[in-house]
Amino acid sequence: MGGPATDMRQKLLEIRGLEVEFQTRRGIARAVNCIDLTLYAGERFGLVGESGSGKTTMILALLRMIREPGRISGGQVLLDGVDLLKLSDEEMRKTRLAGLAMVPQGAMNSLNPVMRVGDQIRLSMSEHGQRRPAEAGRIEELLQMVGLRPQVAELYPHELSGGMKQRACIAIAISLRPRLILADEPTSALDVVVQRHIMQTLRSLGESMDATVLLVGHDMGLMAQFTQRMGIMYGGKLVEVGTVEEIFSSPKHPYTQLLIASIPSFKSRGEFKGIPGVALSLLNPPTGCLFHPRCPQALDECASVDPSLKELDGHHTACLLYGREGTHAATPA
Amino acid sequence: MPPPLLEARHLRKVFSSGGEPFGAGSETVATEDFSISISAESPSFTTVAGESGSGKTTIARLLLGLMAPTSGQVLFRGSDVQGMRPTERRAYRREVQAIFQDPFEVYNPFYKVDHILTTPIRKFGLARSKGEMGEMVAKALEAVGLRPDETLGRYPHQLSGGQRQRITVARALLLQPKLIIADEPVSMVDASLRATILETLHRLYREFAISFIYITHDLTTAYQVTDNIVILYRGAVVEAGDVERVIDKPMHPYTQELVEAIPTPVPGRGWLAENEEVEMGGAGGGGVESRGCAYAPRCAHAADRCRAQTPPLYRTDAGGAAACYLYGENAVVGAREFAALLVTDGRGEC
Ligand SMILES: Nc1ncnc2c1ncn2[C@@H]1O[C@H](COP(=O)(O)OP(=O)(O)OP(=O)(O)O)[C@@H](O)[C@H]1O
Ligand code: SF4
Ligand SMILES: [Mg+2]
Repeated sequence: MGGPATDMRQKLLEIRGLEVEFQTRRGIARAVNCIDLTLYAGERFGLVGESGSGKTTMILALLRMIREPGRISGGQVLLDGVDLLKLSDEEMRKTRLAGLAMVPQGAMNSLNPVMRVGDQIRLSMSEHGQRRPAEAGRIEELLQMVGLRPQVAELYPHELSGGMKQRACIAIAISLRPRLILADEPTSALDVVVQRHIMQTLRSLGESMDATVLLVGHDMGLMAQFTQRMGIMYGGKLVEVGTVEEIFSSPKHPYTQLLIASIPSFKSRGEFKGIPGVALSLLNPPTGCLFHPRCPQALDECASVDPSLKELDGHHTACLLYGREGTHAATPA
Repeated sequence: MPPPLLEARHLRKVFSSGGEPFGAGSETVATEDFSISISAESPSFTTVAGESGSGKTTIARLLLGLMAPTSGQVLFRGSDVQGMRPTERRAYRREVQAIFQDPFEVYNPFYKVDHILTTPIRKFGLARSKGEMGEMVAKALEAVGLRPDETLGRYPHQLSGGQRQRITVARALLLQPKLIIADEPVSMVDASLRATILETLHRLYREFAISFIYITHDLTTAYQVTDNIVILYRGAVVEAGDVERVIDKPMHPYTQELVEAIPTPVPGRGWLAENEEVEMGGAGGGGVESRGCAYAPRCAHAADRCRAQTPPLYRTDAGGAAACYLYGENAVVGAREFAALLVTDGRGEC
């Protein structure tokens, strides 16, 4: 479904019609709005989009970690064909870490300051359903997999640098060999040298375990270098899905085009290309295409017709410039 | 010549963490020998860049007088900000403003934007009437590209991240500051909002002659907006100078490594493939090593001398300064010359 290259690959995660709503004092905000997306085994996928467009909320929904006042209000999340939204809480707890695991934003601060690194890895493994204590040597092996010396197991978090802490968090995330690693801005606090080391580690781990990595973030340079395919979100919807080359060199959706154009470079000083207009309000979203009030290419019908994600040569775009078809004619991305 | 608007001389800040669960207490040098000078006469736009834990926020807090240095001084118009007379302190609080990373956190969600904007006017008694206050607010909002009628009367959660960040800028503007210290003002937002907010700051610099100290870990946006840049590594300055020279021709091995490692937004550059060897990491947190160049353990050029003694800042051929013995033949840059390095010679336009 994602063009000839991806047809060959095995589907790992199928997200179908996923919706998340937040109950607020002023009404319901649909932060994730009917998302369809397929991730393939072993691929590196990047998710970008406007601040507040629902990226983190979507990831938390995959993990079933949406808290009140939010709830998953519809859809399916099939991991190897099993709908995670139908699992019991106990089954879901075991699936976290073993099936899909998260390296959260600011993960470095999520380590317990008074527990040795090795003990933290051991504890989180047992909390997520590993019944027997980790075999001897497993902790050391995990540390080596993320590029840390085995002796780090004996250290406390404050004895580690930021990059080392982030590696320790990755060691926890991969401890039960997940099929899918969700990484929300995993390196935004680190310098680019350390960032590159960590991303190299994540890539080789993904390759050696045949795990899929879903990377969320705002760093378009990192996205260009790390990912193979990308999805672009706007207002809770996925508006474009394509290969990383297509997204950067021939973006189709007007929002993606403007986002790509806004990226600064070392060629231009004092040039700023933000997207004019106001970010949309989820409580009072526009009719038709959510982007139409800010879209420089909007057609008359954009104010009334809501475009669905539609396939064009293996590239998916939700925009009326590329023809309008009924919702059902579109293939899920 | 009048004294500089704000000057930092040899700032050093040491945090000691209580020993309890970890045995002996440890000391972290968050800032080592940091000096800077912001002219009262010609505006400048300076970046202080470094990774998290490199001491950036400590420097911001010291410059804002929110904490006292362990040694060294911060001077506002020539007087030490620790122990200023009340009238001086008032001028300092007004002329030096701050913008922080997460504007969402600062505001009480139950106050409307109007309240956020009128509070500083009332606090400093800047308006004689309600009407004048309204005019000031409207002018400040317009200066940051917000429409008063679309913005006033709203609660913070009803505004986008970029709008909220611009409200913070408008609030700072109301006090007609001479200097705005912006600590990671755009690190939480997407690329297009980054451009919108940085453009606002840049315009205020150009049109209102407000100086900026832009604190960030992102060299690409630094290149976009600033004239000068100071690169920190573990609390100490490793390189400083004109931003184009520093980024286009970095001199310090750390800056060279940083610039080379920036992921470019062009797919297929082999960024992940290069430099495959993985750091195994030694122990040690973010503070400065007690002896020697803090970068020596990572540096390809490190010699015995580098490990024995911390290098001072030397002049580089490119007209900047680098704390590295590779330039040990050149003159040492003292605090005064360092300050002069970062003075903008009216280049403003770029
Ligand atoms: N607890 C909550 N209550 C109400 N609304 C919420 C809550 N959490 C998130 N939202 C809303 O859901 C939307 C999506 O937020 P989310 O954090 O997923 O965005 P994001 O794409 O991850 O943004 P960023 O790029 O800034 O991290 C936003 O409008 C946000 O305000
Ligand atoms: S559907 Fe219309 S308004 Fe929406 S992005 Fe496409 S052209 Fe613009
Ligand atoms: Mg997020």
